[in-house]
Order: sequence, then C-alpha cells, then structure tokens
Amino acid sequence: MTSVLEIDKLFVSFATPDGAVEAVTGVSLSVEAGECLGLVGESGSGKSQTFMAAMGLLADNGTATGHIRLDGINLLSATEKQLNKVRGERIAMIFQDPMTSLTPHMKIGRQLSEVLIEHQGADKETGRRRALEMLDRVHIPEAERRLDMYPHELSGGLRQRVMIAMALMCEPEVIIADEPTTALDVTVQAQILDLLTEVKDNLGAAIVLITHDLGVVAGLADRVAVMYAGRIVEQGTVGDIFATPTHPYTQGLLACTPRLDVETEELVTIAGQPPNLQNLPTGCSFHPRCPHVFDQCKAQRPSLEKMPGGQARACFHAAMGAAE
Amino acid sequence: MWAYFTRRLFIAIPTLWVVITVAFFLMRLAPGGPFDQEAPLPPEIMANLKAAYGLDQPLWWQYVNYLGNLLQGDFGPSFKYKDFSVTELIGQGFPVSIQNGAAALFLAVLVGIPLGAMAALRQNSGADHAAMTVAMTGIVIPNFVVGPLLALVFGIWLRETMFALPVAGWNNGALPNRILPVICLALPFIAYIARITRASLIETLRTNYVRTARAKGLPFRMVVLRHAFKSAMIPVVTYLGPATVFLLTGSMVIETIFGLPGIGRYFVQGALNRDYTLVMGVTILAASLVIFLNLLVDMAYAWLDPKVRYE
Amino acid sequence: MSDAPMNEGRPPRANLSVPHADALDKAADVEGRSLWQDAFRRLQANRAAMISAIVLIVMAFVCFVGPVLVPWSYEEIDWDILEAAPPNFDTGHYLGTDSLGRDLLARILQGGQVSFLVGILATSVALVIGVTVGATAGFMGGRVDQVLMRFVDVMYAVPLMFFIIILMVVFGRNFYLMFLAIGFVEWLTMSRIVRGQTLTLKNKEFIEAARASGGSTISIIARHIIPNVLGVVIVYVTLTIPQVILLESFLSFLGLGVQPPMTSWGALIAEGAQEMEITPRTLVLPAVCLSTTLFCFNFLGDGLRDALDPKDR
Repeated sequence: MTSVLEIDKLFVSFATPDGAVEAVTGVSLSVEAGECLGLVGESGSGKSQTFMAAMGLLADNGTATGHIRLDGINLLSATEKQLNKVRGERIAMIFQDPMTSLTPHMKIGRQLSEVLIEHQGADKETGRRRALEMLDRVHIPEAERRLDMYPHELSGGLRQRVMIAMALMCEPEVIIADEPTTALDVTVQAQILDLLTEVKDNLGAAIVLITHDLGVVAGLADRVAVMYAGRIVEQGTVGDIFATPTHPYTQGLLACTPRLDVETEELVTIAGQPPNLQNLPTGCSFHPRCPHVFDQCKAQRPSLEKMPGGQARACFHAAMGAAE
Repeated sequence: MWAYFTRRLFIAIPTLWVVITVAFFLMRLAPGGPFDQEAPLPPEIMANLKAAYGLDQPLWWQYVNYLGNLLQGDFGPSFKYKDFSVTELIGQGFPVSIQNGAAALFLAVLVGIPLGAMAALRQNSGADHAAMTVAMTGIVIPNFVVGPLLALVFGIWLRETMFALPVAGWNNGALPNRILPVICLALPFIAYIARITRASLIETLRTNYVRTARAKGLPFRMVVLRHAFKSAMIPVVTYLGPATVFLLTGSMVIETIFGLPGIGRYFVQGALNRDYTLVMGVTILAASLVIFLNLLVDMAYAWLDPKVRYE
Repeated sequence: MSDAPMNEGRPPRANLSVPHADALDKAADVEGRSLWQDAFRRLQANRAAMISAIVLIVMAFVCFVGPVLVPWSYEEIDWDILEAAPPNFDTGHYLGTDSLGRDLLARILQGGQVSFLVGILATSVALVIGVTVGATAGFMGGRVDQVLMRFVDVMYAVPLMFFIIILMVVFGRNFYLMFLAIGFVEWLTMSRIVRGQTLTLKNKEFIEAARASGGSTISIIARHIIPNVLGVVIVYVTLTIPQVILLESFLSFLGLGVQPPMTSWGALIAEGAQEMEITPRTLVLPAVCLSTTLFCFNFLGDGLRDALDPKDR
C-alpha cells in the first residue's frame, strides 16, 4: 500500500525572546490508508507540533521546514487557500480539550454542517441531515435534539464525540487525534477509544493517534513511533514495540505503565527530568536519564536505524546488543 | 429571563431613591443659597423668595414634598432660570445631549471596532503600532484639551477656508454645529473601543475553538467573523455600560466648551449657582440613564454568550 | 489506563481566567529567579515604559524643586506687565506671562505639583479602601462578601462624577477634600480586582498550607494574600494615577477644582482656552504637560502589566 500522508525530515522551531526552540528535529513518518499510527511521547517531545505543522496550525512564532505530503501535495509550501481546501475535507483533526474546542456561541448543528457547506457546497438542509447522521454514527443519544444545543449544554464525553463527528463530516483520508482522551474521565476515555476503533474499521481512513499513554496506543494502533526531545527514537509495529522494545526510553515507558497481569510492589518511573529543548544534552538527548549510558552516547547522536524485522531505533546500546 | 430583568428594575428603584436622598441633603448642606448675590438682598425680599419656593419649610418637609412631586413627574421650578421648570429645562437640554451622545457612541463603535480588529489581525505590524499609539493619544489627551484645540484649528486658523466650522452654539442642531462637538466627544471612545477590541480579539484568536475552526478549513475571514468575533465583542459590550457615564461627564465639558444647551452644561451651571432643583433633576436623570443602559448591556450579554442565563 | 508517568510532577493546570495567578505559579516553578526579578528584567527591556518612568521622575522633580529656582512665584503679579507677555529672559518670565501678568512657568510648575499630589494622595485613598474591602470580601466570603460586593454594585450604578461635583460645591472646593472625593470614587474597581485575585489565591495550596500550620486569618491575609496580590495592584495603581490626575484637571477646568490663586493644569488649560486666539502658548503648554504625564503613566502601567503578566509573550 502507498502512504497517504508522508512526513519527510521535518524541522519545527519556535522563535522566543530567549532564542529559537527546536521542537521537532528531522522527523520522518508516514501513514497508510486504513492504518493507525500511534505517536507516543511526553509533553514537549514535539509529537503534537509535528502534526500541527501538517495542518498549518503552528503558532505565529513557529516555522516548519522539510516536506509533508498529502497525496503528492506539499502541505508546508501550500498557501492558506490551498490548505483550506485540504483541512477538514481530506485531513481532519480531533483536539485534546473538548471543553474549549467548540465555539461557545454556535449551535452544535451549525458547527458540524458548516464543514460540509464550506467544502462540498452543500445546502443547509443537507448539512443538517448529514450532521444528524454523523451524530448518530458517533452514538450520541437524542442526536436530533443536540443539533440545536450549545456546546456548554453537553458533557465532556459528548463534546468529544461531537468533535469526532465533526472530523468525520467530509470522510477525510487522514484523521489526526491529538490526545483525544486525556481531558476525559477514565470511563469516558474507554468509550471514546472504542469509538475511534470503530471509525478506523469502518471508514478506512488513516488515523494518527498522538498520546503520552502507551495504554491508549496498545488497543488502537497498528504501528507505533516513540518521540523524545523532538526526534523519533524508536518505531515499529505495535506488537514489536510491546514485545521487544529496544530503546531504553521505550523500555522505561513500558516499565512504568501499570499492568494488571504482572504484580508489582510500586510504580516505576524514569529517573531524571524531561530535557530542556533550549539546552539539549550533547550526543543522545536521552543519555542523562539512560541506565545503559556509555561514552559514545555523550559524544555522538545515534541515528534511527532500521533492523531486519522492520523495527527501527536510535540507540548505540541497542545496536551493540544486536551486533553481539 | 424576563423575571430577572423585572427584578433588576425593582432593584433600580431603591438605588434611585438612595441617589435622590443623598443628593438632596448634600445640596442643602452646601453653604450659601440660590439667591445669594454680590449685593445681599433685603431680608424681607429674601424671605419672600424663600417662601415662594418653599425653602422656609423644615428640611424634612421639603424632602417629602420633593419626593411627592417627583412621583408625579415634576422636578420643581428652577431657582436660577426663573421662568422655567426643571422639567422644561431638561426637556430642552436632554434631546441635545442624547443626540450628541448617541452620535458619538455610534461613531466610536463604527470607527473603533474596525480599527481595533485591524490592529489585532496585523498584530505587531507597523499598522498595529501606529493605530495603538493613536488610540493611546486619544485616551490620554482629555477632551477639554482636544475641544479648544479643534476650535482653534477649525474656527480660527481655517476660518477663511472651506473647512471652517462653527465652534460655538447649537443653532437648532444644524449639522455643521454638531460636527466638532461629536468628534470631540467620540475621540476617547474610539480609542478605548479600539484598544479593547484589539486585546479581546487577539485573545479570542488564540482560543482552542478558533483553532478548531481553522482546522476545519474555513477561510480565515469566516473564522474571524463567525467564530471569533462574537466572543471578542463581550468586553466591548461590557465597556459600553461605563461608557455611558463617560458620555455624561464628557458632555459637561463639551457642552461648556462649545456652548451647547444640553443637560451637562445645565448641571455645571446649576452646581456653580446652587440651583438645587436643576442639579437634582439632572442627577436623577443621569442615574436612571446609567441604570437603564447597564440593563441593556446585560441583555446584550445573553445574546453574545449563550452560557449566560439570568435566573 | 495508565497514570501517565511522563506527567509526573506536572499536574494539569486549569485554565485560570486570572492570568496573574498563573504568573505567580510559574515564578514558583523557576528556581532562583523570583517573579519580581523576572518582571523587572522584562520591564527594563520595554523601552517605552522605561523612558516614561524617567520622564515622570524628571517632571516630578522639576515641579517640586523648580519653583525655588524660578524668579517669580505662581501668584505674584508682575505690575510692569499686567498682560500676556511673550517669553523674556530679562524680566525672568522664561515662558512669558498669563493675561494677568503672572509668570507662566511658575504657574505650570505649581499646577504640576497639584497634579502629582492629587495623583498620589487620591490614589492612596482609593488603594487603602479598595484593598481593604476587596481582600476582606474575597477572603471572608459568604455574607460579608455578598454585602460588600452588592454595595460596590450599587455604587457602580450611581453617576459618581455628579456626586463629586456636588461634594465640591458643598464643601467649598476644599483642596484636601478633593483628594478624598476622588479617592472615594476610584476604589470601586480596585476592590473588585483585589477580591477576584484573593478568591483565586485563597484556594491555592500554599494558603492551605499556611492555614494548616495554624496561621491566623489576619496573618494569612497580611503575609500571604497581600504580597501575592501586589503585582496586580501595582499595575492598577499605575493606571489609576493618570485617571485621577485627569479627574482633577477636569474639575479644575470646569472651575470646580483648585481655587485661585492656586492653579492646576486643568485650570491653566481653561484659562488658556479663553485666550488661545491671541496667545496659543497659554493653552498649549499646560496641555502638553498634562498629556505627557498621562501618556507616561499609561505607558508605564501597560509596561508593568506586560512585565508582571508573561501570558502575552
């Protein structure tokens, strides 16, 4: 299969009063139709900014270089007008915070239908009918009545369902879900994940799931990329990553995810602090926190190397282990 | 919601009563009276005058009388403009003031909101800095400075040109006579509204829901007008409440400078002349106006922000 | 669902509607660089604010020290002139005289003293009342809060300018009463701001900690609430001073403020407006002084707000 969305050597930096901050450094990724890519990393790792760049939604002080291609169109060099033909129609985004991501003074129905009206020239009647269908599709009870409600009249979980319905309005080729469950109650989180699974299975769209939570990835993603300090440190199928994590950071993440099937005395954490992007350690950014650190890690930066099975990682230690 | 507004109206009544009472007794505490002149009047004439206006009665009785008359819409006779009742004076002055005020407010909204919005959309550009410096100038140069300066320029320096404008008098509301006063009254409002609009729109453009709207692929113009603008207007509407108070005080200055027969000038003259009833009348009118307009602002809120529900 | 390990030590921060509290929070995160040092650094970088501060200091100094050096006093009539004369260094009227033959420079300096005094004293009155009412209402909450804030609401609905004017008339245009009267008007907004800040602060962890360790209400207000509200209050004070100066000039312009032979910039502007056809200088000079002062205070206030509220960066 060919990839729908392809990111090639993406760099994103933000100008701040204290100098430039490199949020994303040389990230390459691709997603195929019908596939779910999980992008994992802690806050500040650049995982969200990678796809904000794809949507043309970087903050004003941000600049992106490299290539992001959707079906041959380079989104980074597209004009605002060209971008608007793509956003919402072919690539849609679901945001982290459903409480503040809907326009407070507009009725739900109008916020949904305007996507269709804008992109497909639908009339109000069709827009409303499709909005209703979508609300049904994301299992919102009493959908008809909700159309005429304002966002504050819905719960957080319902609002996130509305956000998902909104993303589905034009049946896009790519759906980017940026921490779609983080702001929700645990029980609601599970429901939203079920819904995303259903969307993936029925729609055949490529889904990018951005999260800090490996648990979320496990249930939904086909492939996983782990980001640390603006770079991808490990990439592979969800099975490989969970079964044989090779990068110490991935291993650390897995170790601190509580599991029901293994009995542990205490919660494991990764020692140390997330890195300061303005003052990254030399060599491998992870080395100050790495249990297997040795001299080379401090001097040189490991590159992302593909292993025979398709799994890739950027780690000297892991490479040595494999060579032995 | 209607219940809420009805209740608000009922709360307005005690507020007004406090205003009336405090103003009434404060005025009477003032040393000197309305009939003081350079050459003191003979005592018997003074006594006659006082009796004619009921000023010889005990204070509490004057107060009760005043309230009673007020309930019938009678503000009493003016002490200085001998042939007029206060109601008549207000009847003449209020239309002048309200016309100027409304025109100034209209002008301020018409110029201030686009100015602020443009500055916000070109944040930190040269145009933004220029607009905001002009706005700051409009705020810090008081209209009692701007008024005389405008009069100097248009009334004196440009007297012989086509730009000459009358700088004094009302002339029954002829358009040229209104131009300078209205501009002068509107300038600080334009400045405030532009600043508020800019700050508020910048903040709104950073919200998550505006990001959502952009992610939907809506044209930027539509994102601003449909998704950002209404919320951004909330602080502007909030400002319109206090703005009316500004308008009232502004009119005191403007009407004094340009010699317009409005209630602001009547109030200043009345205060200087101890014209008790006139001062009272204008104060009560101003208080009612402020209360009424604050109520209007609250109603506008409910429209701008559906989360606001008045119980 | 895992309890995200990477989130450790970084509780999700609620979106506070009051940005300053957030600023305080952040300052607490950064070790070794206090909020105040940080704010001062940002203020220094703001050229408009720094220039404004310097101009204000120079102007205040000149207004209070200048009269000693000027050969004429503000109320002295030069009987040789008795009219508005142009600037003349031989007679010692460096900026000329007003229509009565009084030295314009001396009068402008004296007017400046009045403006600066009003600015500081009336704002102090507003500050004391506003902070007391606001902090009390916010911290005590419940019925006290309701009563105080309802009172503030009612006061807002009253056209207070009318009352200041009535007060000025009643008390014979007393110089000091004017400070009080203006201060009484300006405290309303201050109390609302302080109350809002106190409410957000009240529920913060460090206040709870202070309470848990047995601090009395008064000591908590004095040692924890007030220092933390200070930033907002400083900003608001800087923005109130020009309003107060404006108010005094407004009253004096209408003839209700400072009484002759004393003068103020507003009164000078009123006099100058009478004679602007012949001597525009008598209008323009005090107008420039007043506007410059107001300009500087506003720029300084905006600069302080930006410095103490990093949200806008």
